[in-house]
Amino acid sequence: MKPKILLSTLVIAALAVAGCGGASDSSDGGSSASSGGGGGSKGSLSLVAYSTPEVVYDEIIPDFQKTDAGKGISFKTSYGASGDQSRAVLAGQKADVVALSLAPDVDKLTPDKLVPEDWVKQTEAAGGKGGFVTTSLVSFVVRKGNPKGIKGWDDLLKPGVKVVTPNPFTSGAAKWNLMGAYQHGGIDYVKKLLSGHVPVQPKSGREALQTFTGGEGDVLISYEYEYATAVKKGEKDIELVQPDDTFLIQNPIAATTAGGAKAQAFVKFALGDAAQQHFADWGYRPVNAKILAKNKSKFPDPATVKTIDDYGGWSKVNDELFDPEKGSVAKIEDDNGVSTAK
Amino acid sequence: MSTQAATPAAPAPAARPRNRRPRASARAGGVGGLGMGLAMLWLSVIVLLPLAALAAKSLDGGLSAFWDSVSSRQAVSALKFTLIVSVIVAAVNAVAGLAIAWTLVRDEFPGRKVVNAVIDLPFAMPTIVVGITLLALWGPTSPVGVNLAFTQLSVALALLFVTLPFGVRAVQPVLMELDRDMEQAAASLGASPLTTFRRIILPNLIPAILSGAALSFARAVGEFGSVILISGNKPFDTQVSSVFIFKQIESDNSRGAAAVAVVLLGVSLLMLIALRFIEYWGARHDH
Amino acid sequence: MTTSSVSRYGIRVFALGYLALLLLVPIGVVLYRTFEPGVGAVWDSITTPAAVSAFWLTIEITAIAVPLNTIFGIVAALALVRSRVRGKRFLEALIDLPFAISPVVIGLALFLLYGRQGWLGPTFTNAGIQIIFSVPGMVLATIFVCLPFVVREVVPVLREIGDEQEQAASTLGASRWQTFLRVTLPAIRWGVAYGVVLSVARAIGEFGAVSVVSGKISGETITLPLLVENRFSNFDLAGAYAASALMAVIALAVLLAMTLLQRKGDAR
Repeated sequence: MKPKILLSTLVIAALAVAGCGGASDSSDGGSSASSGGGGGSKGSLSLVAYSTPEVVYDEIIPDFQKTDAGKGISFKTSYGASGDQSRAVLAGQKADVVALSLAPDVDKLTPDKLVPEDWVKQTEAAGGKGGFVTTSLVSFVVRKGNPKGIKGWDDLLKPGVKVVTPNPFTSGAAKWNLMGAYQHGGIDYVKKLLSGHVPVQPKSGREALQTFTGGEGDVLISYEYEYATAVKKGEKDIELVQPDDTFLIQNPIAATTAGGAKAQAFVKFALGDAAQQHFADWGYRPVNAKILAKNKSKFPDPATVKTIDDYGGWSKVNDELFDPEKGSVAKIEDDNGVSTAK
Repeated sequence: MSTQAATPAAPAPAARPRNRRPRASARAGGVGGLGMGLAMLWLSVIVLLPLAALAAKSLDGGLSAFWDSVSSRQAVSALKFTLIVSVIVAAVNAVAGLAIAWTLVRDEFPGRKVVNAVIDLPFAMPTIVVGITLLALWGPTSPVGVNLAFTQLSVALALLFVTLPFGVRAVQPVLMELDRDMEQAAASLGASPLTTFRRIILPNLIPAILSGAALSFARAVGEFGSVILISGNKPFDTQVSSVFIFKQIESDNSRGAAAVAVVLLGVSLLMLIALRFIEYWGARHDH
Repeated sequence: MTTSSVSRYGIRVFALGYLALLLLVPIGVVLYRTFEPGVGAVWDSITTPAAVSAFWLTIEITAIAVPLNTIFGIVAALALVRSRVRGKRFLEALIDLPFAISPVVIGLALFLLYGRQGWLGPTFTNAGIQIIFSVPGMVLATIFVCLPFVVREVVPVLREIGDEQEQAASTLGASRWQTFLRVTLPAIRWGVAYGVVLSVARAIGEFGAVSVVSGKISGETITLPLLVENRFSNFDLAGAYAASALMAVIALAVLLAMTLLQRKGDAR
């Protein structure tokens, strides 16, 4: 037994020493070319983003590092659920650029001045209208061949049709889906949908897709880019159906107060032609008008596309619909419980 | 209490109560005040301090806000469901864990070492992989045609999977250390295997079994990642407290989340104390 | 004790049947899915820079958290079983609590304590020490979730063996430390061993709490479970399975090591 204890103590000691030094060094390379880079002679830039555009930033960052503005800047990247990332930055995670899934997650960072209050204007000045770097549409994903013949929102209410959509309370980004439903038929439609046709609400968009491909449901409410990325990454047996009326998803980007000039340079680059083309390649709608026009064939426009501004902005919508205690969607969830309660 | 672990050195009268008779000084082989103090310090820094921060947060808005958060219908429903399913899981683990540990320690069969090795794997499997696998096996595309997905049973299934190691590993080391002398004595006196088991072996295993059950219960109450995919998190149906708390956090209601977490912890603590008392009483009663 | 053949087979069938249904089949499925794309693909998947970095980080965190926790576990177990202290039941229950706390709550609690606006956060930041969103925070979270293991495995064994031998040793003049090393430790070795094995498995596999406090910085604070989740989010299921197979290998290796060490101790 003695040697064992001795060994463990040595191990602890050794690793404690290693751990103190090793934690902050960025070791050999990250998940891709995105971290490391040019030896960090001009410092490093921390990008905190939501999870899906990781594949895109993996391409954008090396391009940026080839430009004058980006030469010598090493990157530290962090990807995760948008709400979680926002909370992490609030709790002190270092961030020079935040690229999240919906604007409120960035707005949360302004009271403590982690992100400048006029971030929207700053991003717009860099080329991102409204403070956004990409947009997308709420769409349907169905099984290959569309066996249930889903074309629009009303088809979701057909008897026997089962819909999968993430829970709006576990995933801020999942609220986009319900806004798509809301713009079609108001709270009544949402109630009918949630009460009669949604058997389960997975905790995130990705898990919802997994549940769907795992055999549950006939229709998945999702985002255009989620579908495109999935297909590009090898998902088969699924098809995209774009309803005629839907909701515009808008993803913000902002340089934080701590970010400084190099953060602003990166934001500018992300809104420039090269980066926006990368986004388009992965299914995100560019905000860069030139690149959007160039890729128009990939991004058909449905007849009606509503935005959050049509409903008074996120704070109003969050209060009315998504407040966990008083919002209408919370009430629907509660009422549903009455009929299924044991 | 059975006899000591086997060494020839110090024979002792079998039924003398150990550790129960109060003594003026610390027991032989104990760690004394310093050891106790260090252990308490560690416990405080690692566990109690974060919990204190949590409790403080939960009371941020005062008692009435605390009460509102924990008395909502969804919160109560999730709590009830969580506690009931966790108790069931603990009970099943107690039985199954004993049987499995018995088989691993006392039985010989080909592949025993392999089976012993994989017992701990549920711990080492990332929860998302557990979720996907359970969904694949017991969900809509199940190869055996069993679709339990999104039912309350699916929650139990996921929890049984992730708490399996507790039931087994709690009993296993004690079984290994069990002294066979008394069993052989009983057998030579004509006791049937069942009687021997019931009167001699089982009482010595009760503390370990209850320990395993307590740990299973605790883990089941807090389990999150492996349950969510297959259970569907339906409020008032298959939603467990940990998912409900998660929803509060994601909705930026960390105060409400902390409140429900504190209540869940309080109830768990009570159950764990109760289990410990039963264990204590059961072992004591032996004399 | 010689069980009758019937009951031995009965127990065996029940135990193995339960195990097969609940455990072996799912693990078999995971194995199958992992190696479906072929061993070469799996190897490539676990030798990417990200996977290698995640592997070493997981090992590092485990190697710090588990020994510390083992020491605590043994000390606490001895204190619980052999000291005259009031409120032992309460203490034992407290020690079990970390399991009952869902990982997101652990993350929240650690935020509240070490975060930018937390109780201790500013103190550490001013001292230049990064706790949260760095390895120390991840170690704290891991220790938190592993805390009960060794204690719980050792306590029943300690109760089972009593303190007779220690008494004998001290009457023979052994010092406390000698008694501990020569008498107590060998007696509880299987309890400690399984406690360590379980802690290691849990430390390797812990996702939720570590995820919240890690900051998920690519190449720096991504452990194997976080890598699995990252790959899952990026539609790389095969990669996710490969990384989790790596985790299983580590857990099995530790079990093997502990078993071998115990067998050596057995042969005395």
